[in-house]
Amino acid sequence: MKKLINSPENVVTEALQGMEAAHGDLLKVHFHPNFITRADAPVPGKVAIVSGGGSGHEPMHGGFVGHGMLDAACPGAVFTSPTPDQVHAATMAVAGGKGVLYIVKNYTGDVMNFQMAAELVLAEGIPVESVIIDDDVAVQDSTWTAGRRGVGATVLAEKICGAAAEAGQSLAEVASLCRKVNAEARSMDIALNSCTVPHVGKPTFELAGDEMEIGVGIHGEPGRRRGKLLPADGIVEMLMDPILADLPFKVGDEVLLFVDGLGGTPLIELYIVYRKAAELARKAGLKVTRNLVGSYITSLEMAGTAITLLRLDKELTGLWDAPVLTPALRKGV
Amino acid sequence: MASISSDVIRRWLHLCEGVFIEHKEELTELDAAIGDADHGANMARGFSAVPAKIDALPGADIDGLFRATAMTLISQVGGASGPLYGTFFLQAARPAAGKTELTLPELCACLDAGLGGVTHLGKAVVGDKTMVDVLTPALNALHPRNGDSLDLVLTRAVEVARVAAMATIPLIARKGRASYLGERSAGHKDPGAASSELLLTALADAAKT
Repeated sequence: MKKLINSPENVVTEALQGMEAAHGDLLKVHFHPNFITRADAPVPGKVAIVSGGGSGHEPMHGGFVGHGMLDAACPGAVFTSPTPDQVHAATMAVAGGKGVLYIVKNYTGDVMNFQMAAELVLAEGIPVESVIIDDDVAVQDSTWTAGRRGVGATVLAEKICGAAAEAGQSLAEVASLCRKVNAEARSMDIALNSCTVPHVGKPTFELAGDEMEIGVGIHGEPGRRRGKLLPADGIVEMLMDPILADLPFKVGDEVLLFVDGLGGTPLIELYIVYRKAAELARKAGLKVTRNLVGSYITSLEMAGTAITLLRLDKELTGLWDAPVLTPALRKGV
Repeated sequence: MASISSDVIRRWLHLCEGVFIEHKEELTELDAAIGDADHGANMARGFSAVPAKIDALPGADIDGLFRATAMTLISQVGGASGPLYGTFFLQAARPAAGKTELTLPELCACLDAGLGGVTHLGKAVVGDKTMVDVLTPALNALHPRNGDSLDLVLTRAVEVARVAAMATIPLIARKGRASYLGERSAGHKDPGAASSELLLTALADAAKT
């Protein structure tokens, strides 16, 4: 294992210390239990938005804490969901009197830990709503599985709901908006290689030089199937076809096209992906009116990409364009 | 019939620390094959924190031991295994309220209540390729019939757990992260089933010591 770390046990703590040192103007980092809040939390009279998940997906979620996005993020151990007391403590630190929204990716552990935290918080009289993000079309057989995973739509939901909360919307309104973003978004991932969890020390799975893992998750969990490596255009078609087939996009719909890097793929390749994905969206009769290109949800150093399409309307476009000031996403300020 | 003292329960929870440290890599390997390679580290981290918590308890009430174990696992482990094993011990504490020793039927009532908590939270049924595949038949085997001795039922439960964990290998997972693999989850032992077998084996070892 070749990593820029000091010891596997200290990876999360030292990374959080680094975030605190780098972004102290925007964030406050709390240790034992670990959580990150925006520097001006709690913001009175605003719905607070809390998310979290395993570490190893940076910049998600800690990098999205700040004005116009998250109020708090709870990082678990690498690829392990945070514990209920982390989420509870983070919630108490950011609740501003207008309730709290949990944005939870659909993984068994995340759902259970946030559910237990919500029960603790509700018992203290703070209104909480949880919205589960499940946009991954690679998971097909949802009646017989834990359901679709939450991937790219998570970042879009955090941005859009953050803007709505900033604009003074109520908890019910922000939660309903979050469900709308989830309902209108579809994603799929592909990996060119695996990743190494620091405390494991070797790759979670092995791929031969000419193989790729299709429908991979963001935790290095193997995907739905393995295939021969294709040129970028072929891979993009393989991702876009199920996305376009799953959501009843209509000719003329406006969409946001999000091309995400999984951690080990350079931006130059993400733009090659974007080029083809935008072309395919156009051919399907869609108007790509907004986009996001970069590594926002990663799986440590995994090489690969994820494509997310979000159908936009006037409301979503307006909230997407609203100012945001976080370590990883900044515009309009 | 012999009863199970709070010393046995304490010894069980202490033994778990060593067991999960010893089997950390094995559980992680199983999890890497069909999940996300964190189960071994999570179980070891959680159960390593348990001895200090239960040793700090003044009394010998078994429900207190179970509850402290539950809270430690819930706060230390994360993932799905933290809430699930945490709930197991939290629910197991209820039938043990105020007791410093348990008859075998009382122990069964505790562990059955624990399993009830797990299935309520995780919604898994036997055959989904989860810890429930092991706990359900093994706890059933623990129930004494016709005056079975404690040693006999423990031996039986451990054997049933071992077979049940092996029996998860050909199954297609329908719960948890392994379910994303669909048919590719077949051919691997479920890590949660494996950790449940270890947990019950440690109980038998503690009771027989």
